[in-house]
Amino acid sequence: MSGKLTEYLRNRLKEKKILLMTHTVVGYPSLEDNWRMLQEMQLANVDMVELQMPFSEPIADGPLFVKANQEALKNGIDWNAYFEFMGRAHEKFDFPLLLIGYYNSAFAMGHHSFCSRLAEHGASGYLLPDLPLEEMGDLQDLSREHQLNPIMLCTPTHKDTRLESICTNGSGFLYCVARKGVTGAVTKIDPIIFEFLKRCRKYSDLPLALGFGLSTGEDLKQLQGHADIAVIGTALLKIWEEKGYEAYRSLLQELAVATA
Amino acid sequence: MWSDIFQTEKPGYYGQFGGMFIPEILRATFEELIAAFESAKTDPSFWMEYVQTMQSYSCRPTPITYLPNLSKKNGGAQIYCKREDLNQTGAHKANNVMGQGLLVKRMGKSRVIAETGAGQHGVATATMAARFGLECKIYMGALDVERQRPNVFWMEQLGAEVVAVTEGSSTLKDAINAAMRDWSASMDDTHYALGTVCGPHPFPTMVSYFQSLIGQESREQILELTGKLPDRIYACVGGGSNASGLFLPFLEDKGVELVGVEAGGHGIESGAHAVRFSSGHIGVAQGYKTYFLQNPEGQMMHTHSIAAGLDYVGVGPILSHLHDEGKVRFSSATDQEVIDAVRLLIRTEGLIPALESTHGLAGLLRESREMDEEDIVLFNLSGRGDKDIFNIAEALDDPKWREFIHQKSNEYRRSSN
Ligand SMILES: Cc1ncc(COP(=O)(O)O)c(C=O)c1O
Repeated sequence: MSGKLTEYLRNRLKEKKILLMTHTVVGYPSLEDNWRMLQEMQLANVDMVELQMPFSEPIADGPLFVKANQEALKNGIDWNAYFEFMGRAHEKFDFPLLLIGYYNSAFAMGHHSFCSRLAEHGASGYLLPDLPLEEMGDLQDLSREHQLNPIMLCTPTHKDTRLESICTNGSGFLYCVARKGVTGAVTKIDPIIFEFLKRCRKYSDLPLALGFGLSTGEDLKQLQGHADIAVIGTALLKIWEEKGYEAYRSLLQELAVATA
Repeated sequence: MWSDIFQTEKPGYYGQFGGMFIPEILRATFEELIAAFESAKTDPSFWMEYVQTMQSYSCRPTPITYLPNLSKKNGGAQIYCKREDLNQTGAHKANNVMGQGLLVKRMGKSRVIAETGAGQHGVATATMAARFGLECKIYMGALDVERQRPNVFWMEQLGAEVVAVTEGSSTLKDAINAAMRDWSASMDDTHYALGTVCGPHPFPTMVSYFQSLIGQESREQILELTGKLPDRIYACVGGGSNASGLFLPFLEDKGVELVGVEAGGHGIESGAHAVRFSSGHIGVAQGYKTYFLQNPEGQMMHTHSIAAGLDYVGVGPILSHLHDEGKVRFSSATDQEVIDAVRLLIRTEGLIPALESTHGLAGLLRESREMDEEDIVLFNLSGRGDKDIFNIAEALDDPKWREFIHQKSNEYRRSSN
């Protein structure tokens, strides 16, 4: 599949000890706020950004993102608004963009239209946490055609056979889910996570991203040498909501420092 | 055999409907559940244990009752009903929870969680948990917690923790999301006892399997009572469990027409209803593919019904498949038709139906008067209504009840001052 994203990540890894992927729910708190978040991400030299397309039934998300999805929909974010935002972000910023969302959006749009709209607006790939490998159908081929990376999720509950088939079907990088549960709750970095990452590494040489519950520069430092990419989602939105813009900026700076 | 319907080409798929659209973190848990269910299904002692449990704990087999007064008053076909209202906790929900409870024991788990809309499935799950010594947590939309205090009271008395879910529309679909999230962290010791024939595989199959006891008994009983099979069978359709349970054992009986009745709310034109089959579109949410009430971009819409148990955006994938195949016909009944039918059944036969079940009856009454006197129609009285006294008294707009509530509330106010 599209090797461009993998190559980009490998090049970045020559300069940093660990890469940083951040996240925002498009339309929450507002498109203007999303834009300011992206500006801060650019300043912090973030390596990759997930733009969440809001959905009414976000079963893999924790309370903060559930609320964000809901409010974004109330703010009237539809497909057009989402892709318009993605297109603008693609033109303005350097980092690759991924769609994260739920399968019903792709299903309702139609697989063709989903892939062509993503490609048209500059996405490098997408993550649909409720779409398992065996349900992808022609999305695999269509993604290849449009040079999109469908990002696969590895979890610590996977048995070896499933982990292997997910890893061998991976594209771009692998998203390793640090623990059970949904987004939001805090994850303790411990040897169990390192073992899990090793299991993923056994089946794939794609870059490994670790996500769910990471929040500090210290987390990133501890992950160096184990994961290639750290994903920060809830922690950033939480600090934006609780402490505001300045604190958001300092957390991003703290994270940026910890990638070196 | 009717049960061949469960032998699908692609596991968990009924035509294009069903499937397992779940976060990967739950994959191994679903595989474990599928294996446990398959092994139980092939073990004859499991079904026997299930039937015996339902006999000794839940009054099975529930009878079929002939309704001569109602038949006469409405005219046309002779009306019979299957008395699922006589189950433990007053609804067919008991069948499913006891079945899943026995499975939980086989899997050796110590905790159950469940979603509930009306509170019916929550109460049933809480009784099962109490009986089997399991820890129990029930997720319930905050709006439903407000509307259904008596059921919340019973769940808590039964030792369950009730969590009010405030996200989304604060109703059943949101409670399902919340239960899924709990499960994705707690699966090691926890079973999610989903309450209807929806959600990811194996729930639609498994819940239909347990509920099929309704149809299996009904088929024998009606033959014995009348010497023939009914011409039409009616059931209300929320998620679709009481309908699937009644319909499936009649699937191969060519002369029996199966009719599902959805919640027409204030009428389809009003937009306030839960009619998935004529107004919904195929989509994927809550872990499965089916007809959902959703907007063109796949966002779920708000639903409405006078019966909280029918107020849901999706519908069982087996029913969607049978709908597309033309094997089950669907109609709907409005809130007003349901209120009229409740009054009529109470007065003519002394049976107090749940508002949910009355949708099936209302759909039947509209059609059976056009039928011959020799024709036989059967509906599923899936639950009793006296437990829902607050809702029914409100639906019937009874002034004396209102007065009583005012008085009670004043008493409480005085005693807390
Ligand atoms: C008495 C009764 N009937 C029917 C239903 C609807 O569910 P289903 O369509 O799964 O039978 C409910 C749900 O709470 C119920 O309590």
